[in-house]
Amino acid sequence: MTPADSARALVRRGAAVTVVALLALAGVYVLALAYTPVEARQGLAQKIFYLHVPAAWSALLAFSLVGICGGLYLWLNDRRLDRFAASSAEVGVAFGVVMLTTGPIWAKPIWGTWWTWDARLTLTLFLFFLFVGYLALRASLHDPSERARFSAVVGVLGLLLVPFIHLSVYLFRTLHPQPVVLKPSAPSLPPEMLRTLLVSALVFLVLFAGLVTIRYGLALLEEEREGGFDAA
Amino acid sequence: MPESIRLTLAIAAKDIRAELRSRTALLSAVVFAALVLVIFNFARDPTALAAVDLAPSVLWVTFALAAMVALNRAFTIERENGALDGLLLAPVPRGALFLGKLLANLAFVGTVEAVTLPLFVLFFNVDLGRALPGIVGVTALATTGFVAVGTIFSAMAVRTRFAELMLPVLLLPFMVPPLIGAVQVTARLLDGRPLSEMLGWLRLLALYDIVFVTLCTLAFAAVMDE
Repeated sequence: MTPADSARALVRRGAAVTVVALLALAGVYVLALAYTPVEARQGLAQKIFYLHVPAAWSALLAFSLVGICGGLYLWLNDRRLDRFAASSAEVGVAFGVVMLTTGPIWAKPIWGTWWTWDARLTLTLFLFFLFVGYLALRASLHDPSERARFSAVVGVLGLLLVPFIHLSVYLFRTLHPQPVVLKPSAPSLPPEMLRTLLVSALVFLVLFAGLVTIRYGLALLEEEREGGFDAA
Repeated sequence: MPESIRLTLAIAAKDIRAELRSRTALLSAVVFAALVLVIFNFARDPTALAAVDLAPSVLWVTFALAAMVALNRAFTIERENGALDGLLLAPVPRGALFLGKLLANLAFVGTVEAVTLPLFVLFFNVDLGRALPGIVGVTALATTGFVAVGTIFSAMAVRTRFAELMLPVLLLPFMVPPLIGAVQVTARLLDGRPLSEMLGWLRLLALYDIVFVTLCTLAFAAVMDE
């Protein structure tokens, strides 16, 4: 089997996993709507929770993996790490879009506003921008080795930026409280809701694996086009 | 004097000398900063918001934009006549090369800031009074951090197709923590608040400088390797 064939096989396998995950996601919504109690104060609006939170978790997982793979790449110089980081960043940005669109849709009826400069919202927004920049940088570099090294550096610096943004935004918020800071209630979830959330998180993990596998296979095919697998 | 420090200073001196001979970039950056201040003045409603309430934000957005313009220059000048190849061929450790570039950038951005501050006082009628040493200090603290990240990013950005666009897109998220900290401290300084109210922010700024100057010095080799 040629490398291109195995890359195509990888794309097909990823596509199969993705389809399974999407079907399971539909199942999650059957579970959420039919078998999970309606939240007393938020009503049906709260159902978006099972999409919003797992998407946010997966996006953060994806972004952390980009940083970790970047650090490992600078150390080990293994092309596979760079391919994985690139795939993870792209899927992370896609999940980030889900998070940033479902968030305001949920916030409008519940908080009464599309957006608030809450610490967590601000942090995830900046992380999202950071990784859009990461992808833009990748797209504007031609040399594969240069692209891998540059994006690894951005990934590592980005990972270290997270605590700083969190801390500065947090300090900013605590010292200057807004007149109304509405937060979703329920610090502890009822068991049925928690179950649905965890099932959904699991489904998102599978979806993440499927999409990253597709993207990884595509990266292999792309590299072959650029001039062989061992260009570095 | 240890060799690495001597090399660092030599790199910085080279950049500063080149800048002093032409002065075009420095002058443009200063004019740019002044224009930003002027535009800010017309972008606010003077009846709704007192100039002094807006002053810390205006000052720091101006500094940030001016630094961005200045940082774009840092490696574009090395692209001419293959100057970068010459630098890389010279027996200079990558860390010293980075620190030299960082020092030159700090001198450049610092000069722009030093000219902008009096203009800011003039245009916005701010009474610096006893706050001046504090503002100079917090400016040095905040600027060092984001100029360090900006130096490594500008080295990357010159290799891309849209260098002038790539640098701000990459750098702005990294400017968030130093900028928030600097604005908070500046506002308290202008208000004459005690030091204890700024200590948390100052610690954050110092930590940012330590982490990112170290990390960028180490990572620079990966950016410059051929």
